[in-house]
Amino acid sequence: MTNAIEIRDLHKHFGKNEVLRGIDCTVETGQVVCVIGPSGSGKSTLLRCVNLLEEPTRGKVLVEGVEVTDPDVDIDAVRRRIGMVFQQFNLFPHMTALQNVMIAQQRVLKRGKKEAEQIARTNLERVGIGDKAGSYPAQLSGGQQQRVAIARALAMGPDLMLFDEPTSALDPELVGDVLAVMRKLAEEGMTMLVVTHEMGFAREVADRVVFMDGGVIVEDGSPDQVIGDPQQERTRTFLKRVLHPEG
Amino acid sequence: MTDRLPPPVAAEPGAKARLSPRKKQRISRAIQYAVLVAIVVGVILYADWGSLAENFAKPDVADKALPELFTVALRNTIIYTVGGFVFSFVLGLVLALMKLSTVRPYRWISTLYIEIFRGLPALLIFLLITFLPLALPGFEVPGGTYGQGILGLGLVGAAYQAEVFRAGLQAVPKGQVEAARSLGMSAARAQVTVIIPQAIRIVIPPTTNQFVALLKDSSLVLFLGVSGEYVELAKFGNDLASQYANATPIMVSGLTYLLVTIPLGHLTTRLEKRKTGVR
Repeated sequence: MTNAIEIRDLHKHFGKNEVLRGIDCTVETGQVVCVIGPSGSGKSTLLRCVNLLEEPTRGKVLVEGVEVTDPDVDIDAVRRRIGMVFQQFNLFPHMTALQNVMIAQQRVLKRGKKEAEQIARTNLERVGIGDKAGSYPAQLSGGQQQRVAIARALAMGPDLMLFDEPTSALDPELVGDVLAVMRKLAEEGMTMLVVTHEMGFAREVADRVVFMDGGVIVEDGSPDQVIGDPQQERTRTFLKRVLHPEG
Repeated sequence: MTDRLPPPVAAEPGAKARLSPRKKQRISRAIQYAVLVAIVVGVILYADWGSLAENFAKPDVADKALPELFTVALRNTIIYTVGGFVFSFVLGLVLALMKLSTVRPYRWISTLYIEIFRGLPALLIFLLITFLPLALPGFEVPGGTYGQGILGLGLVGAAYQAEVFRAGLQAVPKGQVEAARSLGMSAARAQVTVIIPQAIRIVIPPTTNQFVALLKDSSLVLFLGVSGEYVELAKFGNDLASQYANATPIMVSGLTYLLVTIPLGHLTTRLEKRKTGVR
């Protein structure tokens, strides 16, 4: 069976700044992989290389066996199968929640209005905000906006989902709602690559945890190994800071 | 841990109490009033009000301007302005997209156009338009005088509107394109569906300003050598003024401009305030 994501010797430079320095990583179909690490470690860049929001400098990325780094690939077609959720939600502010979830179905998948609306409503229900369909993003809380963003991605029927620090911009009391939705998705068998600072979520939900620092993968293993019993000094230092910020 | 702030500076009682700041301010304001009163009194005493009124505000001459002031002159001003505005809106959007294009020659062409048409006096453009039929034998600007006026206003307005649009397009956060692209939209589709609708909302206030600027510039149609049914407010006022050797019609035209520009100016201010609202 082909892996959902295969990353081979991935490098990314921004000018002189080497953000990724040789990443090898595989996500199997149905797996939930959490990427943790200090800010500036390259985790978000790694995620953004998977659907080519960032163009890798060197190396290969394969999504379901298709090499997305191949210049001849139809990247729009590949992206249709990859849902992406951003830290800042990035909902379209000039559209209602319902329209946000409908627009790409209509314009990209060429679904009819009725079908798109029905699928949109189903997915808004699925993330627990069916009653907010008519609201504009500015009228929603951060947690609600992020759940609309998840519904928007799900409505495209993706094979895998990328989450780029989905709860980092949320007020603490709203984090739980979004994590609950993600947990449900994981239980339903969605393939997920998640960049996160939520150690509790990573520990409970992830099949694998990847710790990155300085543009390389330092540790990669089960949550119990990486978070519970880290082998590397850098991982231990990071976890100590995150889990006991008071020192 | 306690932060150590410097002790509050105590007002020094009695020190240099000759003129408190408040008192100084009061004296300064009194002087400003005195100067104003002196100027007003001077103007009232020395201006020849009878002659001024006779030349600039003569009711029976003003009466001659009606009803053509509205049925012809204002109507034409609005035709030139709206026509030029639509022209400049479309061309401006195209130029802005070109300026932000990844294709370098498009950027050059757009920059060249904007620099030239913003750098030249609008009047010069109008004068050049009158020579177009000479330069291109057999060529006629479609729509006759209306077409020429709209072309002139549109060409000049597009250069400014392009810059307005460019700023608007760039003001749409980068995450919006990323979200659209990650849903599988092509670059062009993302522009049309997500970026341009937001950019247009952002540029509504400056675009209203552009409209007012075009309305005023429509007076340049005067230099196209228009006559009769094509005259707009400025030409209309000027013609009547020559006819009666009296400036009143020009004043009347001016008031008619203000009738449109002042409400539009207030509308712009309100739109700018609202911009902080729903987004």
